[in-house]
Amino acid sequence: MYPRAFHYHRADSLTQAATLLSELGAEAKLLAGGQSLIPLMKLRFANPTHLVDLNFIAGTSYIRKEDGEIHFGPMTRHAEIENSGLVTNIPILHDCAAGIADVQVRNRGTIGGSLAEADPSGDWATVLMTLATELRCLGPDGERTIALSDFIKDAYTTALAQDELVSEVVVKVPPKGSGGAYLAFKRSAPVYPTASAAVQLTMDGDICTQAAVALGCVGLTPIRPKEAEAALAGNELTEKTIAHAVEAAEPVLDPQSDMRGSADYKRTLAGALLKRVIQIAARRARGEQVEVSHLYA
Amino acid sequence: MPEAISKVAISLKVNSKLHSVQVEPRTLLVELLREQLDLTGTHVGCDTTYCGACTVLMNGAAVKSCTVFAVQADGSEILTVEGLEKDGQLHPIQKAFGDAYGLQCGFCTPGLLLSTLQLLSRNEQPGDTEMRKAIAGNTCRCTGYQNILKAIQSAARNMKDA
Repeated sequence: MYPRAFHYHRADSLTQAATLLSELGAEAKLLAGGQSLIPLMKLRFANPTHLVDLNFIAGTSYIRKEDGEIHFGPMTRHAEIENSGLVTNIPILHDCAAGIADVQVRNRGTIGGSLAEADPSGDWATVLMTLATELRCLGPDGERTIALSDFIKDAYTTALAQDELVSEVVVKVPPKGSGGAYLAFKRSAPVYPTASAAVQLTMDGDICTQAAVALGCVGLTPIRPKEAEAALAGNELTEKTIAHAVEAAEPVLDPQSDMRGSADYKRTLAGALLKRVIQIAARRARGEQVEVSHLYA
Repeated sequence: MPEAISKVAISLKVNSKLHSVQVEPRTLLVELLREQLDLTGTHVGCDTTYCGACTVLMNGAAVKSCTVFAVQADGSEILTVEGLEKDGQLHPIQKAFGDAYGLQCGFCTPGLLLSTLQLLSRNEQPGDTEMRKAIAGNTCRCTGYQNILKAIQSAARNMKDA
């Protein structure tokens, strides 16, 4: 399948890429990993007149730990994060990076592209909502910092101006005694999840002192069910507490029926995933090693 | 309509041979390989980033060549199924797929061979889960995967002994 013809621009720096976006106008799109954009262009759902390629810019793919924060270059591929020793202490990041689509897609797809696309079924936004995450956004006039929760505005819609791009993703390292987990349920590896759940818990013995919960694919953006977080925080993590949290999350979910499942099915699935990630996160917060990967049907 | 689209000059190594070609920006890597370089061993299955039949190695990493523009492969080294054999001898992975009946119609096989090569070049003795994860992006509609997994195991043994 041939995408519609477009003009190709190879950027040498992120600043130049932003300037090109500004000069070329709304018909220009950025090409990062291309694992969503290229299929959309082949199906002619996206028909940009100009593509600005970010793949040849040096120094945009990195993972650095500095002052209690992890800094990701915008073009860092999912596979690089999956294989990085720097994220082993934050297992929820590994859960996400190692579970996205399949090997081939993880070798190309980028964290910056995933967040900037803001697909409601994407993995990174849901996961990073449970950690303190900020995005550095670069435009022709300079850089600004936006919290992830303010960055994702709607399905496929972010706070980025037409001539802005994500120049770095900064994630605060969770405190000691904190554990997280992410699970996505997929019909097969290469497809988007049907539903997903991310949890980051801070534990003091059996008491959960802090909880961040985000659910994916069950709304136009990742959903933070504050009621579920409130049900967990300050309480002993018993089966009853967990059931209460799952119950509290349900009313705020707004899934759409589609080929992946009915709205009711997705709501039930999201609840089941939430229960499971709370249990895994609690074990990890206590220092246990728990392997998880995305679940396939 | 936009003004005339200019072609882009790119150079890339495919199976160790350097090619300098002009491509339209919208040309996909798989189309460059099959239609301009006559390397038709790389197959197009779904053409929607699902099936993995078009998998090739780009600088050692498995990619779906239907989801990479040829211009993005400028300066890179590509390995396709045609580059696996050496001096008329099948690559140990190819041989293992044949010996273990790891294929039936063979359409998905070129992609599976290259996904297997990425796996074994990074992990000499993969476990069952690692093997399954490594080929999760390659769809085979004939074999049911059991013989493919046997082939990967046997290829791992052969490559280690070689």
